[in-house]
Amino acid sequence: MTDGSLIPETAEALHAPAGRSLFSLAVRRLLRNRAAVAGGIILALVTVFCVVGPWLSPHPYDRVYRSYVGVPPSLERYPKESALAGAMAEALQRARLAMADFQVDGDHFSVTLRSDKPIDPRSTRYIDRLDEFSDTRVVATRDDGRALVVEGHVNRQLFLMGTDRSGRDLMTRIMVGGRISFLVGLLATVVSLVIGVAYGAVAGFAGGRIDDLMMRFVDVLYSLPFVFFVILLVVYFGRDFVLIFVAIGAVEWLDMARIVRGQTLALKRREFVQAAEALGVATAGILRRHIVPNLLGPVVVFVTLMVPKIILLESFLSFLGLGVQAPLTSWGVLISEGAANIQSAPYLIIFPSVFFVATLFALNFIGDGLRDALDPRDR
Amino acid sequence: MLSYTLRRLLGAVPTLFVIVTVAFFLVRFAPGGPFDLEQPLAPQVLENLRRAYRLDQPLYLQYLDYLGKLVRGDFGPSYVAIDFTVGEMLRRALPYSVTLGLSALVLAIIGGVAAGVFAALRQNSAADYSVMTVATVGVTVPNFVVAPVLQLVFGLMLGLLPLGGWGDGDLAHLVMPTVALALPQMAVIARLTRSSMIEALRADHIRTLRACGLPGHVVVRHALKGALLPVISYLGPAAAALVTGSVVIEKIFAIPGVGAYFVEGALNRDYTLVMGTVVTLAGFVVVFNLLVDLAYAALDPRVRYD
Repeated sequence: MTDGSLIPETAEALHAPAGRSLFSLAVRRLLRNRAAVAGGIILALVTVFCVVGPWLSPHPYDRVYRSYVGVPPSLERYPKESALAGAMAEALQRARLAMADFQVDGDHFSVTLRSDKPIDPRSTRYIDRLDEFSDTRVVATRDDGRALVVEGHVNRQLFLMGTDRSGRDLMTRIMVGGRISFLVGLLATVVSLVIGVAYGAVAGFAGGRIDDLMMRFVDVLYSLPFVFFVILLVVYFGRDFVLIFVAIGAVEWLDMARIVRGQTLALKRREFVQAAEALGVATAGILRRHIVPNLLGPVVVFVTLMVPKIILLESFLSFLGLGVQAPLTSWGVLISEGAANIQSAPYLIIFPSVFFVATLFALNFIGDGLRDALDPRDR
Repeated sequence: MLSYTLRRLLGAVPTLFVIVTVAFFLVRFAPGGPFDLEQPLAPQVLENLRRAYRLDQPLYLQYLDYLGKLVRGDFGPSYVAIDFTVGEMLRRALPYSVTLGLSALVLAIIGGVAAGVFAALRQNSAADYSVMTVATVGVTVPNFVVAPVLQLVFGLMLGLLPLGGWGDGDLAHLVMPTVALALPQMAVIARLTRSSMIEALRADHIRTLRACGLPGHVVVRHALKGALLPVISYLGPAAAALVTGSVVIEKIFAIPGVGAYFVEGALNRDYTLVMGTVVTLAGFVVVFNLLVDLAYAALDPRVRYD
């Protein structure tokens, strides 16, 4: 472009080939990797499902429907028409009233209550208390109050993935559990990222004896079965949400430190860094302009492979009953509950597992794709 | 070689020391103690209990006391399972865990290497892709999902295998826990073997063997020797993962092993039991890592013994 002074500026701009930065090349390679693209799409769908879903869902994640405990997944709305009369009879039995002339018309019902004594109009609360009916009101009083005609609304609920053993909508719980799992995965990754990058960069940049000592320490920590320490931490200091991701992040930084240190060591010896040094650029400038941008590739790859690992670890803790506490939930908790009811209600383990496994798959594919795209050696 | 072995052995001592120390203080600094029962004990009883177990002494004395006993192989008494020493409990639990862990390790190595070599020899064929897809599934799906699914299919629907328990250690009881525990590691080993085998098959010395007209299985044997090195160095992390996984697997299949005791001890705040299980499991991982390093050094002449 420097020798373009002879050509008019505009013409040169027209004929200049589109710039191919390392970044655009990487993006191009990534988009050519079908598994990675599919993984990205799946991950985006699951994320939207989990993040937006709970707002759109008609059921709060901790709402217990006593009338629909453990109902299987269905495209039809509950309650079933055949079950309505039975439910009403049950409610009136509790109120010690007799039922007559129960009719359902669309979303409305009408029923006549009878008793030997005058009926307290507040008895309609017994009907409202059921999940099937609401807005019950008295429309007519007959026989000196010994018969009431009441009308109300029939609630129709959709449980696409069924409900759990406590009568909570499984789909909403999967969404909320997904939020927790993603959140723990991301936050713990950030924790390990901060510790690992700082530790690794210092060790790599300092070099020599400090480097030796710091990496020796990492080696010792490496051979410890750290999951046990996470379990101990969580058991003894309570199942605190913050503690869980800090503990996980604090034990998962070792790989990051090693990778960053290795990269920093290699980068330090590269010609462009030496050139910058020779030109008198300050250390901070070299770090900002040369080291950190070149660290980014491996770190990004590592992070995408780290998030599924941490989601897995969180689920492992939750499975042992050491994760987030009820009524909050995570995918590990849901899978654990499903495993306990696998015989009577297999859908309770199938749906959470499908989301869990799909997410892990997607993240792994994206990570592999990114590694291939960002690592020029494997081209 | 001998001095290398000795130095590695000495190197394992500080690691074990760190484990014991961290575990000891982590457990002691935590709120709550083994005698926090639902009905609080009378102050005198509590006082006597604490004195009997020397919990009334300064922490550093307790620590030194514990270290001293540990060196002599005494894990101390269990605080919750009265009249049992932790040593007794571990001795009872270890055979289950060791049997399960070793059979899973063997299965993971044999199955993983076989699958990896099979896929590498048919690189980019349909067989290769299907083996690797299964391996990716194995890496991704955690064993606490695999285990219940196995129970559902083979235990409940087909009725072929017992759902859990140990029986008398017969094969039928051992199959499902072993497979569930080994599967993720088998998948990792298969992926590792495949990629290093593909690389080894492209190496110059293998091409020379081929050019000399040696039969296929001889060539494969030579390539495998080099290809197995990364697999061997992965065995350390694999053992650690198996030990961790055994906690879940023992819980799901109701096997009274060390992992089950660990969870139980942690939940009951049984200080000595937690310490005993952590030290045992961590010691196992450290020793295994040591063996792997030694084997690696013996097999790979490029490793320097300095």
